Amino acid sequence: MAVIDVAKPEEKLTARTFGVEDSHPDWCGGCGDFGILSAVKQALARLGRQPHEIAVISGIGCSGKLPHYIGTYGLHSLHGRALNVATGVKLANQNLEVLVAGGDGDGYGIGAGYFVNSGRRNLDIAYLVHNNGVYGLTKGQAAPTMRRGMQTKGMAEAAIQESVNPIGLAIASGYTFVARGYSMAQADLVDLIVQAIHHRGTALLDILQPCPIYNDLMTVDFFRGKDVGHQRVYKLADEGYDGRVHDPSNLDEIVARQQAAIAKSFEWGDYIPTGVLYQVDAPTYEDGLAQRQPQLETASLVDLTAPGHDITPLQDAYR
Amino acid sequence: MIENQLSWMMGGPALTGGVNSSTEVFAKACVRAGLFVFSNIEYHSNIMGRHISYRVRTSDAPIHSHVEHVDMLLSLDGETLFGTDDHQDYQRHGGHLHRVAPDGVVILDTHARIDVDAIDRGDIHVLALAYDDIVRQSVESLGVAYNARRHNVMRNMVPIGASCALLHFDVAHVLALVAEVLPARHQDMVEMNRGVLQLAAAQAREAYAKDQFYVTLRPRPQRRGQMFIKGVDAVGIAKVHAGCAFQTYYPIAPASDESVMLEKHQSEYPIVVLQAEDEIASMNMAVGAAHAGVRASTSTAGPGFSLMAEGIGFAAITEAPGPVVILWQRGGPSTGLPTRQSQQDLRFALQPAHGEFPHIVIAPGDAREAARMTHMAFNWGDRYQMPVVVLADKFIANSLVTLDDLGLDGLPVDRGELWTKEMNGAEPYRRHRVTESGISPRAIFGTPGGQFVTTSDEHTERGRIDEQVENRMAQMDKRMRKLELAAREIPQEWQFELVGPETADVTIVAWGSTRGPIVDALPVLQAEHGVTANYLQIRLLRPFPAERVADILARAACPLLIEDNYSGQLGLLVAEQTGVKLERQALKYDGRPFSQDEVVQAVLAQRTAGAGRLVLSHP
Repeated sequence: MAVIDVAKPEEKLTARTFGVEDSHPDWCGGCGDFGILSAVKQALARLGRQPHEIAVISGIGCSGKLPHYIGTYGLHSLHGRALNVATGVKLANQNLEVLVAGGDGDGYGIGAGYFVNSGRRNLDIAYLVHNNGVYGLTKGQAAPTMRRGMQTKGMAEAAIQESVNPIGLAIASGYTFVARGYSMAQADLVDLIVQAIHHRGTALLDILQPCPIYNDLMTVDFFRGKDVGHQRVYKLADEGYDGRVHDPSNLDEIVARQQAAIAKSFEWGDYIPTGVLYQVDAPTYEDGLAQRQPQLETASLVDLTAPGHDITPLQDAYR
Repeated sequence: MIENQLSWMMGGPALTGGVNSSTEVFAKACVRAGLFVFSNIEYHSNIMGRHISYRVRTSDAPIHSHVEHVDMLLSLDGETLFGTDDHQDYQRHGGHLHRVAPDGVVILDTHARIDVDAIDRGDIHVLALAYDDIVRQSVESLGVAYNARRHNVMRNMVPIGASCALLHFDVAHVLALVAEVLPARHQDMVEMNRGVLQLAAAQAREAYAKDQFYVTLRPRPQRRGQMFIKGVDAVGIAKVHAGCAFQTYYPIAPASDESVMLEKHQSEYPIVVLQAEDEIASMNMAVGAAHAGVRASTSTAGPGFSLMAEGIGFAAITEAPGPVVILWQRGGPSTGLPTRQSQQDLRFALQPAHGEFPHIVIAPGDAREAARMTHMAFNWGDRYQMPVVVLADKFIANSLVTLDDLGLDGLPVDRGELWTKEMNGAEPYRRHRVTESGISPRAIFGTPGGQFVTTSDEHTERGRIDEQVENRMAQMDKRMRKLELAAREIPQEWQFELVGPETADVTIVAWGSTRGPIVDALPVLQAEHGVTANYLQIRLLRPFPAERVADILARAACPLLIEDNYSGQLGLLVAEQTGVKLERQALKYDGRPFSQDEVVQAVLAQRTAGAGRLVLSHP
């Protein structure tokens, strides 16, 4: 067993730096999670941060196992609560690069309330949602992204409720970076993950991925467009789409970009857009805290959590 | 003539009456005058209009509870006297007239449409004053045009001024507090309040010219400078003292006052208070922060604690250092009695989530204990790497007590065993290393070389998901061993206290906020009834000090269980842990706290009666 240690400064960070040797993925063959894991490690290598400066927080499900295969700090938490746990970690130590991972059921179903409220908060974290349309680990029930009328081979009946639109929901909730990737488009995915991490604020990266066991509708062939004769998944940048707000002080531009992104978010069928749908520079939660407590501009709570503050004035206020 | 022993109550409608502010001003004035004061409130889950009653009890000796009677009832409306039957199928409450002691006084407003003939108490005095006229006269005497909407707020100072006169208590004591609490923009109203207080006092003196009220308040200058504080504020201060840097909460009665207090000090102390989207978020944010090295805490009442369940299990299995959870109990189940007292959540706090896991539950008896235990809770969270529940309640949260200080100075600080790189050698770091004590030195997120992953799944020493038999047993055993360690290490003073003589006619067994009325009842039982009683206050509910409690109970001639719940939950726990069944019980589940008198009544009744369950209530 190798010692997982700080990479020496002169040592070049690679995807291997972020690997582990004592834990191996138990995902099914052909699972999109492999592509996401690989892309995350490559993206981390590009960041230039040491393994101990990174924390990966996940929920429950196949995607939730991600931290076990990455040699950083990690918490494999509860179903739907990864964003909550990550919020605590990030606020405790703002120097940590915090990545959150979870499935579509985790984030858009059981964790929907936290998905919305985390957008409002706009902490500087990146949230990667493994979106495969099903609850895999419990044997293929419909996830909130499963569209009305669809029926996978694992479902007893077709879905009779509408799916959530995660991109639209994210924009409405205040996410300041909203993007979609595809687990099989590695180079683009690495690039999107790097962008999501670099973005100052809460970044949502919805990652389409096949579940080869339980979702026989969103297969690799489906994304490849075998039936329509062209790739379904295409890059927004290729058609000149620009989701970035260039002047964050211009409310009209913000509204226009949000509207354009929401319109794009409904595009699904023969063509499925990937890339950055929306991005804006906006004050983070940390900015708000620093304004309230100047100490937090430079220090983190973990540096300040020391017993023994002089409470004489607090007590005297009650005399 | 009685000096300084007073039971006083003001009643009126929420918000518009100003019952809270004026009662607290009067009570604080008594504290400033050097008296011991205990003050507790009853209120509805309502913003405006529903009935509030606020008690003030004073003494020359420390007091910790209220008594049933009132010497002086100050009313802002008729409901305070007679209650209301506005609900057709059920009389909501019977008012407070029946609480007034013989020779006591009711102060009422002649404009409040009160049917004085209905008072029907020949044994008490009625002092009727025209509240609005007094306010008007005072305002106009300063050359200011009277405006009912603006000046009405001073109505509450009329009965206060009158009560001061009857008590021979200089209204200047009250006025000094009025000046302190009025915001800068309303300082012009200080003089108006002075006028109201003085005028009301003069009229009261005139009405009472022939009589002398039987209580006087005499300042004790040598005792000035005491704190006067609620449990929620005491706990907030303790959190700052303990170095808690992260507090999460979701608004809920009666807990949120604690977080709101901390919010006000965020720029002075390094603490972030985050109002989360619900208690699930609150709890899990705190767990995340604890793993990342911060002393983290959350605060809630029963309904919120219900939502925190899964997060407590998560903290326990991942061996988070904490968080500290303050559970301010209120009447349940469900929404229940949002603003009323209960001790119904003991058994829930002992098993707050599925599965078997270690955690600590400790119950303070009053505001000072709540502060001190909160400080210790952070130590235990860090040392034993488990969540700690401080089980308080509405009675502690909202009651005001006089204290010299919170007793936090000199309490130990323990951040537990931290992992350092030297400990590793060539081995990879094992976050959940199996040790004899059960404690695995913890690395804080961000520490170079300490990278670890842990999980809510059962895991190996390295924090990897694992379902093998040997590993499962090793990890379960090591987690539970920490609880045995805590049971051995936590000093006795935090486990229980036997108050009073070693042997006694009656041994009261209780936990939590019944402490106040019980310690106040002990000397009364002795002096007025010749009954010796002692009191076993059990503080540490998990791990439970079974042997010592069993020892004490074995020596008790007549043990009596007192609890603010239906089923005698501590009794069930004692039976489970010691095999001793507490047959004599005095229980109360009407949503109100025990009074000193009710404890006396319980002891007297249960001492002579055979074993049984006595249910108390004084509507």
